[in-house]
Amino acid sequence: MNPLWLSHFTATSSLGCGLGETLDALRQGRAGLHPCTFDTVNLPTFIGEVAGLDAVQLPANLAEFDCRNNRLALLGLSQDGFTEAVHAAKAKYGAQRVGLFLGTSTSGILQTELAYRQRDAATGALPENFIYRTTHSAYSVADFTRHYFDLSGPAVVVSSACSSSAKVFASARRMMAAGLIDAAIVGGVDSLCLTTLYGFNSLGLISAQACRPYDAERNGISIGEAAAFALLQRQPEQLDADAVLLLGIGESSDAYHMSSPHPDGLGARMAMQDALKMAGLQPAEIDYINLHGTATQSNDAAEGKAVQHVFGAHTPCSSTKGTTGHTLGAAGGLEAVICALALQHGLLPAGLNTQQLDPALHLDYVLQNRAQPLKRVLSNSFGFGGTNCSLIFARAG
Amino acid sequence: MNTLSAYIEGIGLLGPGLTDWASSQPILSGLQAYQPEKTVLPPPALLPAAERRRSGVIIKLTQAIGLEAITAAKQDAASLPSVFAASGGDGANCHNICEMLASDDREISPTRFHNSVHNAAAGYWSIATGAMATASVVSAFDASFSAGLLEALTQVVVDNTHSILLSYDTTYPEPLFSTRPISDAFGIALVLAPQPSAQSLVKISVSLTDASADKLTDNALESLRSAIPAARGLPLLRAIALQTDQHVVLDYLDNLRLAVTITPC
Repeated sequence: MNPLWLSHFTATSSLGCGLGETLDALRQGRAGLHPCTFDTVNLPTFIGEVAGLDAVQLPANLAEFDCRNNRLALLGLSQDGFTEAVHAAKAKYGAQRVGLFLGTSTSGILQTELAYRQRDAATGALPENFIYRTTHSAYSVADFTRHYFDLSGPAVVVSSACSSSAKVFASARRMMAAGLIDAAIVGGVDSLCLTTLYGFNSLGLISAQACRPYDAERNGISIGEAAAFALLQRQPEQLDADAVLLLGIGESSDAYHMSSPHPDGLGARMAMQDALKMAGLQPAEIDYINLHGTATQSNDAAEGKAVQHVFGAHTPCSSTKGTTGHTLGAAGGLEAVICALALQHGLLPAGLNTQQLDPALHLDYVLQNRAQPLKRVLSNSFGFGGTNCSLIFARAG
Repeated sequence: MNTLSAYIEGIGLLGPGLTDWASSQPILSGLQAYQPEKTVLPPPALLPAAERRRSGVIIKLTQAIGLEAITAAKQDAASLPSVFAASGGDGANCHNICEMLASDDREISPTRFHNSVHNAAAGYWSIATGAMATASVVSAFDASFSAGLLEALTQVVVDNTHSILLSYDTTYPEPLFSTRPISDAFGIALVLAPQPSAQSLVKISVSLTDASADKLTDNALESLRSAIPAARGLPLLRAIALQTDQHVVLDYLDNLRLAVTITPC
């Protein structure tokens, strides 16, 4: 593929709003996880919650989009000059030539969960102020964002569970290569809701502690929420050395099971190999892997085997989910931004909470931050339904 | 303006009063009257028994249209990238989860939870067919058919590969039905190819336009088109059924549509 330039990017998660707070947290090894006090949830678990969402106000003309997920989207879009960058791209290329590709798994379903508590006693109807299209609908976050920027180009939500906001890079790459658009807003927004907290609990996949990816005693995920965005443009002739490029993407399906990965990580292996192939790189040319690393027994075992198969035991790797929690449909986007920060600042972020590495997984798992120049990094995102996506990012110089 | 071209090699169709592509062609081309009847969903023949038991309407629908299109195209589904485009997920499943989460007993079933992801249909399709290639799962509310068509066309054109598009919608029970009144299960599957072959039915060339979307002249079919997002693809199927050079404008986003030129092979 022709490399694509991440001309602007931003992330908002339990680590903080924007790149500065995110980088500070990574440098200090500060986790955003705390015991769950979300809504009426009564589960012994930790969550990665974004502070201040209750105070976020959508623009008056977009008030019908008001829900936790779109508030999180707006908070995320408001950081790091991202909104201004989108307006500049729109002015440069035209409103129809900027595409929009956002990943989410649960969109604004919290709004529906709350509405179901207020059903009319006689008729069962949902409250009158509930609007499906602008909140619950999977497309709601892209619809909101498209209106927020007043765009008129192609727009879509990718909703393939926890690979959603990695796979948006693939859809955007294809549409840019096809010549339909000149720039793409990609990203992911997923917010806390009862469906995922109680759902993962029903599968026995929620940890009572802050999650411990790749630990021998790992026992499940900590759910988080995040909004992460990048603006993709074609690579210009001149770029600063620390500009970040997307070099390769690999996508695959496990064809194995709805909620368990292939035990040997076959699909994960294919995704990583295809990303390397598209980038024209050998495994040894990857300096760091941001693992999917959810801290479930099965994910980390399957991914660890797949990484070892493709890369051997010596490529530094870590999961940042011990820091942010698993932000589900936003994880691919959030971890793409973490990779971009790692490249720009020469930081291999430690995997937090991991005390005793799983001895069955022979990897160079990063337990303490390392300061080291990085040229190319790979990020994994996998999801329910056996959906896999690997992304390769690099410094321009 | 850029134009994306591909060859359609196989079609799957299932909806109210439309049981498959072969029997629906004379209805869409106007030779035979359209009789709306509730959609009849066959059991998902390709799935192993355990998965078949867990499969809801959306799985039955996507497996039926996907299998029909693959069979017509004489393609091996195991090798095909796919695009799943739907306005929403499994409505009955969603309703059940929301009801439980609003009750005192929030112990939702694990199967219901994993069926709640929007890529459940894609997951079951890959399990049924052994397809390890990529599956894109996209959604754009009422624009989902055209969003899916664009996603599949960019796979075909940019990656020079066959692709199967499955665009489908199913219903919500009340009380969600009142807020999102999709009237019945409906799906279209298209196998798209980058080059012509013996299986090619038509060549389609697609570009973005701001022209208004075409409507269907038959009132009952037009009601179907406007009631179900996936049925926004019916003008394309009608044009194919007419077996002559055609030009249609498919509905997409509020200020953007798809102009499609259809040339029989």
